[in-house]
Amino acid sequence: MESAAPMIEVENLTKRYPGRTAVDGISFQIGRGEVVGFLGPNGAGKSTTLRILSSFLPATSGTARVAGFDVFREPDEVRRRIGYMPENNPLHLDMRVREYLKFRARLKGLGWRRSRERVDAVLQQCGLTDVAGRIIGQLSKGYRQRVGLSDALVHEPDLIILDEPTIGLDPHQIRSVRALVKELGKKHTVVLSTHILNEVEMTCSRVLILHRGRILAADRTEDLGRRMSLDGQVVAEVEAPEVALLEAFRDLPEVEHVEVQPLDGNWRRVSLIPRGGVDLRPLVAAEVRDNGWPLRELTRSRQSLEDIFIHLTRGKVRED
Amino acid sequence: MSVFFALVRRELGGHFNSLTGYVVIAAVLLLTGFGLVDLIERIRQMPYDAPVTELFYQTTYFWLVVLLTSPVITMRTYAAEKATGTYEALMTTPVGDWQVVLAKFAGALVFFLLTWVPFIGVLFSLRQITGEAALFEPVIVAVTFLGIALVGGLFMAVGCFASALTRSEIIAAMVAFLFGIGLWMLGYRPEASGMLPTWAVPALEHMSMTRHMEDFARGMLVGRYVVYYVTVTGLFLFLTHRIVQSRRWK
Repeated sequence: MESAAPMIEVENLTKRYPGRTAVDGISFQIGRGEVVGFLGPNGAGKSTTLRILSSFLPATSGTARVAGFDVFREPDEVRRRIGYMPENNPLHLDMRVREYLKFRARLKGLGWRRSRERVDAVLQQCGLTDVAGRIIGQLSKGYRQRVGLSDALVHEPDLIILDEPTIGLDPHQIRSVRALVKELGKKHTVVLSTHILNEVEMTCSRVLILHRGRILAADRTEDLGRRMSLDGQVVAEVEAPEVALLEAFRDLPEVEHVEVQPLDGNWRRVSLIPRGGVDLRPLVAAEVRDNGWPLRELTRSRQSLEDIFIHLTRGKVRED
Repeated sequence: MSVFFALVRRELGGHFNSLTGYVVIAAVLLLTGFGLVDLIERIRQMPYDAPVTELFYQTTYFWLVVLLTSPVITMRTYAAEKATGTYEALMTTPVGDWQVVLAKFAGALVFFLLTWVPFIGVLFSLRQITGEAALFEPVIVAVTFLGIALVGGLFMAVGCFASALTRSEIIAAMVAFLFGIGLWMLGYRPEASGMLPTWAVPALEHMSMTRHMEDFARGMLVGRYVVYYVTVTGLFLFLTHRIVQSRRWK
């Protein structure tokens, strides 16, 4: 029965702080074995959601279940099943690596012998064997991050929750942490939060995009790329009639989608999304020249998280 | 139970892994040392028939040590963990709120008592100097230390409570000191103030920690004193538990 339940079920989850709604009625499900990324800018509600899931904070309303257990009513059952690495990876800096992991293993209910076995196993798994006797405060940030990950793993939880696991690391360290997370995804359900688009693409099979406490999109990572085919979007500001612009660009084989918005006077903004990543700028320039239209801007936008949010929030408005 | 001991060990480790633990122990030794030297000097000038230790617990030195060290010992318990975020890591493991509250209290109390262990050595050397046999009367030493433990328990509970209120160690220490000195002053010679209503004086005398310690140092284990300390300690632990729980209030 337990294995039939999804790993995480969240329904209408809301968290309000005085004067601010951090999480605004979100619902989602995460199945066993998935690696899911929470993507969003700072303040999107990622950490708050993860804190509720790890039953550290209560929700204002709505329900959240982990492995079928309610995070509010059965916090101990939930905590036994999750390995949670909070934001900024807090550790007792005065302890030694092995000592710290053993302490954490005991807190998580492992017996004396079992905790020793597991600590040895995670030290190995996370490449910490060489620094097992060192004081955590003297380790580099990359190593500390691995200590945090080891802590999340030590009791073999069903679900691993990592809040911004690569924040503040150098590129090399980021790579090794991502590789570790990917490795974990083979055996555990993993939920991580990040504000780096790349990270989600590299490590997660599915992504939830959060913005101002709401879920803007929930998609498989590869679908997200397609849906967000903003890559190479070209924007031109041209002084020409809307119909003429639409006619000029709509039927080009290289163009996937055209949008025309009126600007001041007779100026129009033309947004073009290319098919298959073609650079549309020369095409647009040629078309404008041939028609003799005045042109005052021609740019190609790069895909960034910002664009995705703008894109998604616009889409949202239109849907409403 | 093993989780509880792991937590207590961690609390003690926190004191000994950093310099603060040793500084506190050194400060206690220094102040008690001053106190005793001062006392012996005074007795030499004007002989007094009570044992030295009994007098010692009436001096400001003893209370200075208790009042000053207890906020320093307890200020880290919750505030430091909240500030660094390890509190979140702790509270997302399957440990109970009471387990955390009691373990932090126990860790602080054990450390407090450890700071008084060298005092046994001081007593021993005092006996060598003065030749006073009462100094090492087992019952007297035992009851004296029980008294120190009871007083310490109360101050540790107050300190944990103050620390649970905030994420700043400085504020925790200040609040603990204010509460501590407040409780101590309540019963400090209430008859001398002359401003209190007549019914208040005997009530406050019951809370006189100096009086309690005087009796403990004579080897007198008075039941109602014990009840006083256990009750107030329990009250503050209960309040601390409420604060720990409060994060889960909607």
